[in-house]
Amino acid sequence: MAQLTRRTTDLLKPFSAALSSTRLLTTTSTTPITVETSLPFTGHKIDPPSRSVETTPQELMNFFRDMALMRRMEIAADSLYKAKLIRGFCHLYDGQEAVSVGMEAAITKKDCIITAYRDHCIFLGRGGTLLECFAELMGRKDGCSKGKGGSMHFYKKDSGFYGGHGIVGAQIPLGCGLAFAQKYSKDENVTFAMYGDGAANQGQLFEALNMAALWDLPAILVCENNHYGMGTAEWRAAKSPAYYKRGDYVPGLKANGMDAFAVKQACKFAKEHALKNGPIILEMDTYRYHGHSMSDPGSTYRTRDEISGVRQERDPIERIRKLVLSHDLATEKELKDIEKEVRKEVDEAIAQAKESPMPDPSELFTNVHVKGFGVEAFGADRKELRAVLP
Amino acid sequence: MAAVTRGLGATAALSSANSKKFQFTTRRSLSGRKGSFFAVESNGNPRSSLNRHNNRTRQLVTNAVATKPDSAAASTVSKPGHELLLFEALREGLEEEMDRDPHVCVMGEDVGHYGGSYKVTKGFADKYGDLRVLDTPIAENSFTGMAIGAAMTGLRPVVEGMNMGFLLLAFNQISNNCGMLHYTSGGQFKIPVVIRGPGGVGRQLGAEHSQRLESYFQSIPGIQMVACSTPYNAKGLMKAAIRSDNPVILFEHVLLYNLKERIPDEEYVLNLEEAEMVRPGEHVTILTYSRMRYHVMQAAKTLVNKGYDPEVIDIRSLKPFDLYTIGNSVKKTHRVIIVEECMRTGGIGASLTASINENFHDYLDAPIVCLSSQDVPTPYAASLEEWTVVQPAQIVAAVEQLCQ
Repeated sequence: MAQLTRRTTDLLKPFSAALSSTRLLTTTSTTPITVETSLPFTGHKIDPPSRSVETTPQELMNFFRDMALMRRMEIAADSLYKAKLIRGFCHLYDGQEAVSVGMEAAITKKDCIITAYRDHCIFLGRGGTLLECFAELMGRKDGCSKGKGGSMHFYKKDSGFYGGHGIVGAQIPLGCGLAFAQKYSKDENVTFAMYGDGAANQGQLFEALNMAALWDLPAILVCENNHYGMGTAEWRAAKSPAYYKRGDYVPGLKANGMDAFAVKQACKFAKEHALKNGPIILEMDTYRYHGHSMSDPGSTYRTRDEISGVRQERDPIERIRKLVLSHDLATEKELKDIEKEVRKEVDEAIAQAKESPMPDPSELFTNVHVKGFGVEAFGADRKELRAVLP
Repeated sequence: MAAVTRGLGATAALSSANSKKFQFTTRRSLSGRKGSFFAVESNGNPRSSLNRHNNRTRQLVTNAVATKPDSAAASTVSKPGHELLLFEALREGLEEEMDRDPHVCVMGEDVGHYGGSYKVTKGFADKYGDLRVLDTPIAENSFTGMAIGAAMTGLRPVVEGMNMGFLLLAFNQISNNCGMLHYTSGGQFKIPVVIRGPGGVGRQLGAEHSQRLESYFQSIPGIQMVACSTPYNAKGLMKAAIRSDNPVILFEHVLLYNLKERIPDEEYVLNLEEAEMVRPGEHVTILTYSRMRYHVMQAAKTLVNKGYDPEVIDIRSLKPFDLYTIGNSVKKTHRVIIVEECMRTGGIGASLTASINENFHDYLDAPIVCLSSQDVPTPYAASLEEWTVVQPAQIVAAVEQLCQ
């Protein structure tokens, strides 16, 4: 971490450089800072939490670094896709990073997260490495799913990340199942089942919500509302775009998803609620800068002015940058250094991932079943790729 | 008992002296084969001790819905065992597994307080509690998804579809999540879920409640499918399915729930991928599963009286096929008839035909005959419904035609 100093006066600025060897490490201090969220929370059948969020300098810097890493990774994935190293579907999360880092700050690795296909950054937040991420995107052996899953199927079982699902809405019953298992084994953890504003109109969401409420499962349904379901704006798809109210008998909370501290407060609040009272719906008001996926330019259904407007006014990284600067935790230059460092890290990971080999052809038949039966499987021409299902 | 039957068949055969019925081809000749076929089996063992798979299933239950106890001698050789109906056998298997492993739980509509629509989980809610025997709302897609999510963390749920046809609503979860998650996660998650329920043509239940879903599910990679047909194999397959780490779909049949049989007292688990030799024979291999087994056995009685010697195999494992047992049988008899209740188009029979043709083409003397249900929605009228499924008379006719 960059060493930081407390700026005294402008007069001492030239001296501060000379005093670099004696800088105080203020970022490791745990003196709490209170931050106000940008907007108040709105609640449905529940009292919203307060706008003041406790945080530490360490956490602020971590937020900045993690979000910069995620942003850099997604932009690198964009270039890799255009260079045809990533194929198929690639759904990018830049603009929505605050949801991931805010959530991680409020929970432990024993809590489960399950999400849909926009999962690269959430995987990183759960402890995945950049190498695993890029290798999986490029279909290499070192990927988190051994190259067999792809962009939409990132999983990390040991830190409670359950994916990574391609079919819209199908992960919500799975998430309620995770919550059911948590209730069954009575370990005081919760499940965050994330979905988008497009998936909010799926029937299985309401079926799963009904069951979660019926049995008081510790499930938190998080709607990442980026206002567009691929090309359809939310007002064209939903009669009632107040997704946090859709639960009816289930309480809901709406937070500004571009503000990492609002997300953190909402998730902390939701976790306490879910452990005591059962499910709750969170709506994170967020925005994605890229299109739905790499094949979508993202500008046919919204104006470039809108995108750049959000980038100027609501960008999550900029908000943290301003907070860091206003609390004198780092200088502009130091933040830029962090971003350069992050860029280097991403480039190294890409280089390493490019060297990772493709999976062996015999891997076609592994992991179909947990325990196989010696059944033979043939390739299309029945000559090659013949293997005994292990 | 089978030895007695065999003897009869052989006597009848000798007396009719129709050499055409016994096609002893020299091609891939069976070792140890002599002119006398009374007591010597093709692999040289005496007939009576042939059944290397299990010794239990020698009684020939000919009626599809047997209500009186089987008059055959007790099939157990060690202890007397106890008699029960098929749904009680399923219940016993499920109960033993739930006692053994606290991670096993049941989910389904009306499985708890109601006791199960076919009484398979009767008494469980009182014994295990409401969370472990979960009464779900009518939301197949979601509760199947929930079971899969719970399985990802280590629970072993048993999902009951009140009727297999309702599981069509859960097809997305079964296909994409249940079947594929182990693969797409690179082996990180296993889904040890059991999906079970009654299917098949019942007594005038109407088109939507008489569906056979084996054909729809069979292409899903990653799942296993088994079909039970007797109380003995129902209990054994239920236990094996719960203990398996793969997702297993256990197909039961609505009309077989009241079959009575004597099963052993001691604990037993059957092999999920194994087929069952119901009646060994020499002339033709009849492959069947679930309720059609009983129609085939009824037809076999007629065939034996006419002098044929069919070998009847209950394939039990619908995915993957037990090509070892089936192959050995084909190599012996060189003729195959498949009798199934599944639809003709794209059914289990169609896949099995393709499989046998690919693997054992050289051993076949005649094209495989596949008798399956008609490609129609099951009508309500009793006479029409009867002709939707394969009847014993049709099986007899097919065997006669094949063995000419």
